[in-house]
Amino acid sequence: MNVLDRRLVPLAASIALFLAMVAFGAFSYPAFLSPQVFLNLAIDNAFLFIVAIGMTFVILTGGIDLSVGSVLALTTMCAAALVEKAGWSPWLVVPLLLVGGAAFGAVQGLLIHRFRLQPFIVTLAGMFVARGLCYLIDTESIPIRNAFFTTLAEARLPLGGGNALSSGAVIALLTVIAALWIAHASRFGRTVYAIGGNAKSAALMGLPVGGTLIRVYALSGFCAALAGLVMTVYMLSGYSLHATGLELDAIAAVVIGGTLLTGGVGYVAGTCVGVLILGVIQTLVIFNGTLSSWWTRIVVGMLLFAFCVAQRLIEGRAEKRR
Amino acid sequence: MKRALQHSLFWPCATLVLLIALNAVVNPGFLSLSMREGHLYGSLVDILNRAAPLALVSAGMTLVIAARGLDISVGAVVAITAATAALLIGGALNFDGETASRFPMWFALLAALGVATACGLWNGALVVGVGMQPIIATLILMVAGRGIAQLITGGQILTIYYPPYFYLGSGYLFGLPFAAVLATVVIVTLHGLLTLTPLGLFIRAIGINPAAARIAGVRSRPITLALYGFCGLTAGLAGLIISSNVKSADANNAGQLLELDAILAVTLGGTALTGGRFSLAGTAIGALIIQTLTSTIYSLGVPPEVNLVFKAALIFVVMLLQSPEFRAAVRRVVVRPAE
Repeated sequence: MNVLDRRLVPLAASIALFLAMVAFGAFSYPAFLSPQVFLNLAIDNAFLFIVAIGMTFVILTGGIDLSVGSVLALTTMCAAALVEKAGWSPWLVVPLLLVGGAAFGAVQGLLIHRFRLQPFIVTLAGMFVARGLCYLIDTESIPIRNAFFTTLAEARLPLGGGNALSSGAVIALLTVIAALWIAHASRFGRTVYAIGGNAKSAALMGLPVGGTLIRVYALSGFCAALAGLVMTVYMLSGYSLHATGLELDAIAAVVIGGTLLTGGVGYVAGTCVGVLILGVIQTLVIFNGTLSSWWTRIVVGMLLFAFCVAQRLIEGRAEKRR
Repeated sequence: MKRALQHSLFWPCATLVLLIALNAVVNPGFLSLSMREGHLYGSLVDILNRAAPLALVSAGMTLVIAARGLDISVGAVVAITAATAALLIGGALNFDGETASRFPMWFALLAALGVATACGLWNGALVVGVGMQPIIATLILMVAGRGIAQLITGGQILTIYYPPYFYLGSGYLFGLPFAAVLATVVIVTLHGLLTLTPLGLFIRAIGINPAAARIAGVRSRPITLALYGFCGLTAGLAGLIISSNVKSADANNAGQLLELDAILAVTLGGTALTGGRFSLAGTAIGALIIQTLTSTIYSLGVPPEVNLVFKAALIFVVMLLQSPEFRAAVRRVVVRPAE
């Protein structure tokens, strides 16, 4: 068994799991196999796709970003407050918030790289900051009636046969394509994999480790802000309690998609499968009708457990006996 | 003087004293204590009482972090414990005002604490047995835990109608709040155990260099497993106190963000997040700092929402102060003009 095969095993396992769940759904519920059910996976999980992709890059470097859920909420809050209360033009607010998210991530990356702080703690503090700022703006939900957002919310990309994709899902798909290119065809992507494999070797090879780390966290912040805008359109409101615990879902999707948490190994495509698996679990719970919503969390926890154990088995026990 | 300044507890203590002084200036009645019906009353006692659950959890967390671990599932364990206790005690309000528990209280308490310890041991087994990173191993329970708690409560907020249970959160022992006494007893006992037996040394050894510790003959695996189990137990105690305080069990909100507060308390107390160096007394002071900060924010009339931002600022400051790179950078800036 060569190295490449080994690396593809987790991805293959995720795809197999996804197909098995779909087969189970199709077997149990006749309506399950309609195209719109699958398109809804992309529509209802658009923001999770975007956040999880940013998270994939962070985890590939061996780090973690716990601030994404809060940054997302802060973005919805800022968008709603600036557009509805301050009366700013959406054409100004949208780019501003995207830059803001990237800057937020970049500062975290700078702290992590420059002062050798643990990513876990830095982004934890970032999570507090972003969530706290949300509450400072408003503790209540701010509804959005601006034409720019309502038009986007109603916009549908028809795919024939009465099936359609929402604008958020289209943005998510474009993000996936961009991420695939960045991860596998750009210098930045190769540096990310190199840092995750071994940061010291990457530095000795002359790769820009510090700059790349900062840019990875900036990318994750940017994705969180983009997801925040998608959620603003999806929910048509800004609320400080939007996306609580989303960081956990994103991490779960990345892990279930076969990315190793120690960094260096994993695929953007795997993360997409991970998000789809989370979406299918939710869809199955809804189709079942009698299962309560908390079963989703329990099943996700169990899957996380199974995949982490499998990862450990693949890594082999020999090298971990430090 | 210099020795006092260099003592590891100097900064935590100074922060706490400063916070209390700030409160005393803003609110003259803050420092006053009075005896009413044989109980001690006052803002300070109130802080002591409210800090108890956090202090307990942080004590467990300190040991886990000291041995190079981390437990981010404590909030979920609090929810599970509260749900278990509420389910087993339950109790219903009868027409004549009499209340009864479903199971004897001692059984409910032991069962809930048993469940909490089992949760901790599960985390420990994943870290020690399977060899997962501690963050990930405990993430699993963090994700699934609230689901399990909701499963126990059936998605409802379980209300407890059994007065003896309320003693845990709002009762008094020797004129002091029972929760505070319990937390103090646990921490002092633990401190004794760590200083009088070689256990403290073993934990330091595991934290500083796990491989060296194992080669030196420290039984690191059972010790680490036990530490996670103990962390679960302290989270369980906190869960009982919290549910007793609010007389109900809320699977979604009990112990929300408690893991973050606990990690903050541990860091504030001077325990190194990289393992090895730890201080239980520092952690207790850290928990008191966080609770005092919360009370200060309320008494200053600042919206409570700002609390999170304050805490985040605190984490950043403490984190940077602990970073050798940051200290070196500051030294360069400070020293250069003098040259």
